[in-house]
Amino acid sequence: MSRITNIFKALKEKNKKALIPYITAGDPHPDLTVSMMHALVEAGADMIELGIPFSDPMADGPIIQRASERALAHHVSLSHVFKMVKIFREKDAQTPIILMGYANPIEAIGAEAFVERAKASDVDGIITVDYPPEECMQFTSLLKEKNINSIFLLSPTTELDRVKLIIEQTSGFLYYVSLKGVTGAANIDIEQVKSRVAMIRKLTNLPIGVGFGVKDAATAKEVAKISDAIVVGSRIVQEIENSNKDNLIINISKLMKELRQAVN
Amino acid sequence: MQPYDMPDEKGHFGQFGGVFVAETLIEALDELRAIYEKYRHDPDFLAEFHHDLKYFVGRPSPIYHAKRWSDRVGGAQIYLKREDLNHTGAHKVNNTVGQALLAKRMGKPRIIAETGAGQHGVATATISARLGLECVVYMGSEDVKRQAPNVYRMKLLGATVVPVESGSKTLKDALNEAMRDWVTNISTTFYIIGTVAGPHPYPMMVRDFNSVVGVECKSQMNEMLGRQPDVVMACVGGGSNAMGIFYPYIDLPQVRLIGVEAAGYGIETGKHAAPLTANSPIGVLHGNRTYLMQNAEGQIIETHSISAGLDYPGVGPEHAWLKDIKRAEYVAVTDIEALEAFHNLCRTEGIIPALESSHALAYAEKLAKTMKPDQVILVNLSGRGDKDINTVAKISNINL
Repeated sequence: MSRITNIFKALKEKNKKALIPYITAGDPHPDLTVSMMHALVEAGADMIELGIPFSDPMADGPIIQRASERALAHHVSLSHVFKMVKIFREKDAQTPIILMGYANPIEAIGAEAFVERAKASDVDGIITVDYPPEECMQFTSLLKEKNINSIFLLSPTTELDRVKLIIEQTSGFLYYVSLKGVTGAANIDIEQVKSRVAMIRKLTNLPIGVGFGVKDAATAKEVAKISDAIVVGSRIVQEIENSNKDNLIINISKLMKELRQAVN
Repeated sequence: MQPYDMPDEKGHFGQFGGVFVAETLIEALDELRAIYEKYRHDPDFLAEFHHDLKYFVGRPSPIYHAKRWSDRVGGAQIYLKREDLNHTGAHKVNNTVGQALLAKRMGKPRIIAETGAGQHGVATATISARLGLECVVYMGSEDVKRQAPNVYRMKLLGATVVPVESGSKTLKDALNEAMRDWVTNISTTFYIIGTVAGPHPYPMMVRDFNSVVGVECKSQMNEMLGRQPDVVMACVGGGSNAMGIFYPYIDLPQVRLIGVEAAGYGIETGKHAAPLTANSPIGVLHGNRTYLMQNAEGQIIETHSISAGLDYPGVGPEHAWLKDIKRAEYVAVTDIEALEAFHNLCRTEGIIPALESSHALAYAEKLAKTMKPDQVILVNLSGRGDKDINTVAKISNINL
């Protein structure tokens, strides 16, 4: 069983929800990423979603776009991202790490090499934003062979038949995108999320994470009532953007604790 | 020989094309594909499309024998498909009319588009005004500066032009931003992509609407010469004008198809926009798999061309396919060569070509010299150069 599945099992027994912060690897500086990851775990993160910087992040709003630009200014590549995870693992062998990114950097090194290296760095799950399941069957099976979870997105407009197809390809958890839009966009409609999540639950026992529109502790609290995991991205990246290297760790830890409290 | 029949039903041209988008866009693309399948052979829809092409756009555009220029170059006879004479001044309008008519049938009140040189933006703003649809055009802030007259044109036509400040601030970033708008406003908005790129069904649909160019050429050449040209040539950025003229010729193997990319400062400098000629690796961007200018880490690199409309790191997936199956050849000419051809056509034929089209003209000059006087090169003169006079003047150190 994967780390991700174990965490969900353990949390369920305690009747708790998983809190998953997102940061972009290398933002604001590659030397800070690993300590930020540890700080987030210490402040209450159950897993970490680590963004692979990309020059053309089509599904991201301005906040995460800027994070990618900051990371790329330091030439952060996939090799750096794998290295960061490896260093993180020296002190933390429990917390699942999910890489989130776009197809092109993966294809540039090749799907097989990517999966090999992800395994070697002890990565737990992969979200490839612009890989719908039909276009990456081979990639998904390579990941499966290495026991790395493939996490796919579901959107508010995904048709029922497609939801079934996506469930078949997904392992670890399903990522429900709570709004029509890019990351960090407008307020989410909790009632709508609620009814969609209820519909998805009828089709699967996979845990369901909700993300893209969780902007603050209050929203996180509402989302926690209906989902198994809450993904917070833009809000954390914004905190990173607004901090300097002296207060960065303090600020994101404080925010993470607030979110943890709200979700509990 | 089996007739050419691409893409497959999932939008693949061999390993190229496809649908590489976030899940949030899938449903909108499914809906678009269904609507397009419903109307692409519908007699009423096609009648309306061709009516607009005739009375609003001014089609068919003529083919013109550039005799003085051919004589001066020496060698093959060069014929020009005069897409520059269309309403709005380029081939771009063919596709926007088609897509806007689809938008109308889908009941979408809002149109968005990306633009590089501004020709697609102008064409989209034009048809939106005519159909009474709201229009928002995304344009890289660098291009906004380079193409000021077209920006004002779009505004005159009632469109909102949004300068895009992210990334390299050019066409690719405008496309990213338009995609972001689309995913946010999906229920009200129709995204008119201006080239044969993007996720399926766009490469196929844009090609189909624009293939009116090649269809006309076939009958016009037959009328004029009683035969088809030896070579059909067009510039390639994303590749919509080239696909439009190539497509009806694919099944005539005796006709050579040549796509001319932008070599910018020269392929060897790395500062160009010629992924096919430079043998760029295959990658995924803007919803499809194709040849793509990128670094070893898979980050898209900045391109350079004097012509904003060719300044794009990828190329339509069907061109990638035509290159691989060796049905079309791809070459590139530099900024300087394109400029020279631009001036030559102005002086010898009294036609000011777009800088994009000037790339095809430049290669036509080179190739014609190697051919016989009874051979024929047909060049898609995809747009007129009025929009480029500031750029050209600046290079000549002239302040307008």
